[in-house]
Amino acid sequence: MLTRRIIACLDVSAGRVVKGVQFVDLIDAGDPAALAMRHAAGGADEIVFLDITATHEKRALLLDAVRRAADQIFIPLTVGGGIRSLEDAMQVFDAGADKVSVNSAALSRPELITEIGARFGEQAVVVAIDGRRNSGSTEAAQVYSSGGRKNTGLGVIEWARQAEVRGAGEILLTSMDSDGTRSGFDCELTAAVSAAVQIPVIASGGAGNVGHFSDVFTRGGADAALAASIFHFGIADARTLKEELAAFGLPMRLPC
Amino acid sequence: MNPSKTVVIDYQTGNLNSACKSLRAVGADLLVTQQPEDLKSAARIVLPGVGHFASTERLTTSGIGDALRECVAEGVPFLGICVGLQWLFAGSTEAPDTPGLGVFPEVCERFPAGIKSPHVGWNSLEPLGESRLLAGLPASPYVYFTHSYRAPLINATTAVTNYGGAFSAVIERDNWMAVQFHPEKSGNIGLKILENFMKVSSC
Repeated sequence: MLTRRIIACLDVSAGRVVKGVQFVDLIDAGDPAALAMRHAAGGADEIVFLDITATHEKRALLLDAVRRAADQIFIPLTVGGGIRSLEDAMQVFDAGADKVSVNSAALSRPELITEIGARFGEQAVVVAIDGRRNSGSTEAAQVYSSGGRKNTGLGVIEWARQAEVRGAGEILLTSMDSDGTRSGFDCELTAAVSAAVQIPVIASGGAGNVGHFSDVFTRGGADAALAASIFHFGIADARTLKEELAAFGLPMRLPC
Repeated sequence: MNPSKTVVIDYQTGNLNSACKSLRAVGADLLVTQQPEDLKSAARIVLPGVGHFASTERLTTSGIGDALRECVAEGVPFLGICVGLQWLFAGSTEAPDTPGLGVFPEVCERFPAGIKSPHVGWNSLEPLGESRLLAGLPASPYVYFTHSYRAPLINATTAVTNYGGAFSAVIERDNWMAVQFHPEKSGNIGLKILENFMKVSSC
């Protein structure tokens, strides 16, 4: 049976993990490659590096981290943040990423989705959507670009559908309303997007406890969920999280 | 002649990085090539594949298909990955004008409507009888898939996976071996499968 995925996300700035998990026995807890390995060993199904500064000058540092991580982990690695062109994507793939995640650049030029898909396969293109609906309906949810700073006026569901038509392999949906609240994923929005497209949807934003994951997999219809800060709050690793979710009856890969 | 080499076929699609890294991790000495001549000196041959079936056309036009057939008939073990499995069939509805190698006469088709596609993520293998590639693995091991087309069940199927019905996840007939999933992205289970391939003796 196809399992629901738990994806460990690391925010990287200038080649260093910011607000990463503090493993006490890790010599360099700021090194993305070392943390990626730890998460892979800890039972994560995939790893995401999100370059949150993504300036041109700091790109080499990220690519070096991708290269070192890809040498040592044998599960899928996605890299996002600052991918503005096919050339940017190629650099990241060359360094060893399996997928890229595109956000703002795809909003200003949706052909980018198709271009990367044509060269590396549609499975390699994740379209990241930052959505906010305040307390409005899911239909009213709007897409934000530039790290959530700019309202594009585009509907989340409409953009998800468009991204699918352009050849996205997966949608990574972040609820800006829930992000950072630790009060749970936006299950309604996730369910609406999941029902609107035929490609897998990864839910992000708001995880605070195991029940939130269970909710977004059942009520939210998510195929995968991003776990970033949850590992700070008493849940040691992906294995612990997955064991508890498996006990809820959700299909999980429990690594051996 | 260097019969110790594992030849990885590069047909300029997707990236070969992951496959090469994982093969090296299980001790393979690699030669990555686009030239059919290089297949003659191969101890083993691997065809990684991601992307569109149409991109396999290069394998036929370059002469790699014919060279491969000869090598495998002479006893060189072959492993196809993902599209590298599908290419062994007569073709795929993904690219009806691009013939496959035709080792198996059936045709690959898209997942049925009404089910999410691509099939992305970790799914279990259900072995059917004896498998050289899956030797020593736990029952129903999880491996990583990402694909929109799949191969039907045939006599050579040694493991199936269920998603919108059962499809061929592992195929083994004589020296032809292929997997629909990505062993290079399937953690320790995947590495063990590649290690098994590196130990297969020709038949």
